[in-house]
Amino acid sequence: MESLKNIESLLYFSPEILLVIFAVAVVLLDLVVKDRESVAVAYLSLVGCFCTFAAVLFTHFSFGDEGPVSLFLGMIQLDAFSSFFKVLLLLATAATILFSLRSEELDARLKGEYYALLLAITLGMFLMASSTNLLMIFISLETVSLTSYILAGFLTHSPRSSEAAFKYITYGAVASGTMLFGLSLLFGMAGTGDLAQISGRLTELLAAGEIAPLAVLIAITFVLAGVGYKIASVPFHMWSPDVYEGAPIPITAFLSVASKSAGFALFIRFFYAGFGSTELMQAVDWPFMLAIVSALTMTVGNLAALPQQNVKRLLAYSSIAHGGYLLMGGVLLTSQGIGAILFYLVVYLFMNLGAFYVVVLIANEVGSEMVEGYRGLSSRAPLVAWAMVIFLVSLAGIPPFAGFFGKWLLFTAVLEQGYYWLALVGLLNSVVSLYYYARIVKAMFLEDAGEETDSVSFSTGTFALLSVFVIPTIFIGFLNIFYTFSNISVSVMPMQ
Amino acid sequence: MLLSLMIFIPLLGMVAVLLLPRESEELIKRATLLFTLIPLALAVYLFISYDRSNGGTQYVQGPVPWIDAFNIQYHIGIDGLSVTLLLLTALLGPICVIASWRNIEKGIKAYMALFLLLETGMLGFFAALDLFLFYVFFELTLLPMYFLIGVWGGPRREYAAIKFFLYTLFGSVLMLVAMIAVYLNSGDPGARTFDIPTLIALASTEGHALNNLNFQIWVFLGFFIGFAVKVPIFPFHTWLPDAHVEAPTAISVILAGILLKMGTYGLVRINMAMFPQGLDYFTNGIGFWGNSLALLGFINIVYGSFCALAQTDFKKLVAYSSIGHMGFVILGLAARNSEGITGAILQMFNHGVISAMLFLLVGVLYDRAHHREINGFGGLGSRMPVYTGITTLAFMASLGLPGLSGFVGEALSLLGAYDKFKMLTILSTIGIVVGAAYFLWTLQRVFLGTLNPKYEALPEINGREILTLVPLGILTIVLGVWPNFAIDMFRESVTNLINLL
Repeated sequence: MESLKNIESLLYFSPEILLVIFAVAVVLLDLVVKDRESVAVAYLSLVGCFCTFAAVLFTHFSFGDEGPVSLFLGMIQLDAFSSFFKVLLLLATAATILFSLRSEELDARLKGEYYALLLAITLGMFLMASSTNLLMIFISLETVSLTSYILAGFLTHSPRSSEAAFKYITYGAVASGTMLFGLSLLFGMAGTGDLAQISGRLTELLAAGEIAPLAVLIAITFVLAGVGYKIASVPFHMWSPDVYEGAPIPITAFLSVASKSAGFALFIRFFYAGFGSTELMQAVDWPFMLAIVSALTMTVGNLAALPQQNVKRLLAYSSIAHGGYLLMGGVLLTSQGIGAILFYLVVYLFMNLGAFYVVVLIANEVGSEMVEGYRGLSSRAPLVAWAMVIFLVSLAGIPPFAGFFGKWLLFTAVLEQGYYWLALVGLLNSVVSLYYYARIVKAMFLEDAGEETDSVSFSTGTFALLSVFVIPTIFIGFLNIFYTFSNISVSVMPMQ
Repeated sequence: MLLSLMIFIPLLGMVAVLLLPRESEELIKRATLLFTLIPLALAVYLFISYDRSNGGTQYVQGPVPWIDAFNIQYHIGIDGLSVTLLLLTALLGPICVIASWRNIEKGIKAYMALFLLLETGMLGFFAALDLFLFYVFFELTLLPMYFLIGVWGGPRREYAAIKFFLYTLFGSVLMLVAMIAVYLNSGDPGARTFDIPTLIALASTEGHALNNLNFQIWVFLGFFIGFAVKVPIFPFHTWLPDAHVEAPTAISVILAGILLKMGTYGLVRINMAMFPQGLDYFTNGIGFWGNSLALLGFINIVYGSFCALAQTDFKKLVAYSSIGHMGFVILGLAARNSEGITGAILQMFNHGVISAMLFLLVGVLYDRAHHREINGFGGLGSRMPVYTGITTLAFMASLGLPGLSGFVGEALSLLGAYDKFKMLTILSTIGIVVGAAYFLWTLQRVFLGTLNPKYEALPEINGREILTLVPLGILTIVLGVWPNFAIDMFRESVTNLINLL
């Protein structure tokens, strides 16, 4: 495939350029607007998301639709796969901006920086979803990491938030260092940074017996440390509960959805384009390694979530577990499995963001992030309580909600490849997960509120936003279009 | 179309109830009653117009493509077995609404909405002809049931509700694995199917991947555990006494009357029809595994009955007696012959009617005395003669008195089973004796003897309560003297099933 030169690539790169422009514009607007209560910057960043969305559609349908286009001398690639993730990430960003508007924890003085950073992190994630070169992979990953350290520590008055940022940066530095080492090993062995070329080179070298399979496995494992850190897979998950608990709730929601999605985009492209060839899979047994990581991730996530009293922390562990479920789809990197991951990410976006939105609402109105704070919510705020039930039940993977269909796809993909034990681990894990999701439901519906029994009222806008998450969570599974959509996005992946 | 209408009218009712204002409780109750009476009318119509001489699926709708990517279809239809259970479900719907009329104090709107959702799940389950749809309807009953027990239940409702939920979900995830395995083996990619009739045909096609003993044994087990939790079959039964004791009266009725039947219906529809080789492995009478299904039936009968004998809580007694009576269904199915299966299906229907009566009667007493301790009563016969009469009828039907419906199903099941499992069948009759013992003993302790002075002013059963019991009582008597009324419905379907085995 011919790569486009730098200047020629710019037009294809317009979504990313727009993000940069709007990030700068947000900072500038913040300097001009004197009113602290003004929400102008938030709306400007929303406009930015919308324009970028239009640009993504434009670049996709004018260029990317006909097949992958390689940009900037092979650094990044524009294809249906990256466009899929860009749309997904923009949805998450827009939702986060709307959450932040409603959130009462954020410091009004730092609004400009906050929204600019959100747009910047989105840019980094866009690059993660489209990088095809080792160097670009590392740069995009670091862009996202550095920005998220700042966002996690954004509650300047809260020691917990600073602690979260500090932990995040410490773990992150180790993970990136390890990953960089792995990348350098790969570069040393293959002599190139381009994923497609690495694949070919390594296959040749392995066949000729010039490098040991173990060396490749070690390099992959090191890279997996960096990717595993982003998707919070065991054993690189330790940071996530503390960070999720300490960070502002909108950022927690954003990290748990967008950061994970971008991590999976990178993961899929790295393994699929770089190591998806049958010869490589036979020589280096990384599918088995991934299966173990996946089983451990969901089990650890679910077991650790069981005793949690803080809903944010509980959802953090639940999101680790979901990372494990998602990894199942990637174990053998079949197009079915990847399609299942993409579908699940869409479903996960809606149900998880929805659950976090309820957490924002309850934190604002009841002032508690603990499970006790949810007591008697069914009588105080019935609609919000029922919405939460739908999100949680969907997260647990119970029909007829979308989460079930997502899990169904993942399990089918795994069973198709004969990994019966992994599917069974996954399914038993969903039974375990039901227990802690049900704890929140129990608090809302089966327990009395105590002294505070006055009903909590919410604005119409709140319900409108809530329904944006509830409706897809109910209906995505029943609609053919989403299955087709995720399959198309996979089919144009460069298969080796 | 008629069938779809019947399934989704309660769902429509749920939406309607949700739109009504919370304060207008009478209106909500009436609307719910209306939305359960329509399915009843349709079920009666289906029951009458079903062509008995042809045991195949009728009133088929679909297959309509639903999720193309996996060849999932909307496909429903009924045979003699489904139509019988649909009638039972539709009949218990309005009865439960009437039974909930006065004794649900809080959140009547949510209660009725959940009840209607539950009814859609149950009706859809009995009519589904697509495995995926079947599973979705099966799971659709979980969530409403969790809330109905957990919110409106007794003192230990939280424990009971989550136990019910976790047990059932555990069973159904194993079922899900088996279901995916069946789907993946049903053909080449692109030609796979969930269609139950197609799968049944494939499973008996020589040389097909589904027609393989080893494969059938494993998927049989997967589905079996899923259904066994629901039935419940020992050792998966421990959720049942908890759930029954804590659930409000109407929900106990649904649990015993319908949800348990979902388990046995699944065994017939999926395990027996789709995996005849797997079934043969577990019921051929050779060695341990060949006797295992009959053994489980036997354990259920004897264990359930002895547990019931030991209870002092009226409701728990009825709950354990349910476990015992469901054992006869398992035993009859394990026999795999015409008498056994006919007896099992009849027993499903009869147990649905009789246990519904028993739970309603326990509810009547509990509403008045606010406890269910059997030893705390005594001599109620003189104070509440009508109530005593109806209870005696239900007890006699349940303990298998000839002339009442309970007898026919149990006798046929035992008759069928004797053919294959002589020893186990003989031992199972212990269950009948113990059953007579605990019912008669309960009758004596509650209704005979001297009247406990605390209950001198206990009011007699009222009109509304009698209204819920009369249709069930009539069915008990009619089916006792004229069992062909029901057997005719599914005779041909049973013949079709036996031809598959």
